[in-house]
Amino acid sequence: MSTIERIQAGLEGVTFKVVPSREGMTTIEVSITDAKETIRRLRDACGFETNTFVTAVDRHPREPRYELAWQFLSYRHNDRVRVHAAVRGDAPAAPTIIDLFPGAAYSERECFDMFGIVFEGHAGLKRLLMPEDYDHFPLRKDFPHQGIEPDRLYREWDRRRRERSPIAEESES
Amino acid sequence: MGSLKHADAHSSSDAGFLATRVDELVNWGRKNSLWPMPLGLSCCGIELMAMIGPKFDISRFGAEAARFSPRQCDLMIVAGTLTWKMAEAARTIYDQMPDPKWVIAMGVCSSSGGMYDSYSVVQGVDMILPVDLYVPGCPPRPDAVIDAILKLQKKIERESPIKNLMAGTVVGEYDEGTQRFVRAPNQAVPTTSSHEVLAPGEYEKR
Repeated sequence: MSTIERIQAGLEGVTFKVVPSREGMTTIEVSITDAKETIRRLRDACGFETNTFVTAVDRHPREPRYELAWQFLSYRHNDRVRVHAAVRGDAPAAPTIIDLFPGAAYSERECFDMFGIVFEGHAGLKRLLMPEDYDHFPLRKDFPHQGIEPDRLYREWDRRRRERSPIAEESES
Repeated sequence: MGSLKHADAHSSSDAGFLATRVDELVNWGRKNSLWPMPLGLSCCGIELMAMIGPKFDISRFGAEAARFSPRQCDLMIVAGTLTWKMAEAARTIYDQMPDPKWVIAMGVCSSSGGMYDSYSVVQGVDMILPVDLYVPGCPPRPDAVIDAILKLQKKIERESPIKNLMAGTVVGEYDEGTQRFVRAPNQAVPTTSSHEVLAPGEYEKR
């Protein structure tokens, strides 16, 4: 039984579309409302028991703007599948899959950090790499590639360091 | 802001004979026993290791005693890409090194950010550190860094520590008020929040 037949059997009743991918990996496209159910079926009925990553692509200025991508690996069948779902740009939100794949928690946090996509139901959804009170999302296409205040944390640290310094106090008096 | 003075032993006439002789002795000792702090941040660190190793052998120039405690070093070699997250650590290490101390920016990443024209990378370590020598290359060959060490030795020869000590001159490029290096930051990096955000097509037009 080929990959696509196994997926078609497992996803009975879910609307999905097989899309061509450049590298030849089996890729299916679903709506964002069906994504959770699709992924649950892929895990339970098709044997994809490992989540490789959760990430997104910014198609700005096209709408729907984001293309969310989950990739899954099946050890039993030595097989991979990628699931794509379009997410609107005005209030980007997606269902979390950490109840199905706990390992996706960090991927979803990174995706939130870089694109600002809110994973609904993720309990610990906070920034992973950027400062926690940062207002921008670096991998969005309208983010300047040299960044917005990239040195802010360093400047804050530097200010505190100078405030602590006895030499600085000496020269101020 | 403190006033910055640069002393030059060879041009001033009031330097005593004793001071200049002792200066030469001190500089001779300093330049031939540079102890590097190997801040190997990425691939330049490999070339740095090759430089310290037996093939290129910087012990010929007295600089082989790499110490992994900043308290024992006087030459900081920033070898590799410095990110803004690492910047605090790099500056802390620099501050912990005892005077006199020198900095070599090894490779284009630490010199200018290199190919990482990015929000996460420091666009040149001279934004946060006073740099004495820049070594171009990606990564530079060990010979290039050895050449930088030889040039640094020439630079150390021109310093006059004892004369400055006797005259009470403040040497160095420190701003006393802020304790910061006063060289202007690299202008290519936006540091304000009012940075213009353009639509995707607009960046290509500029």
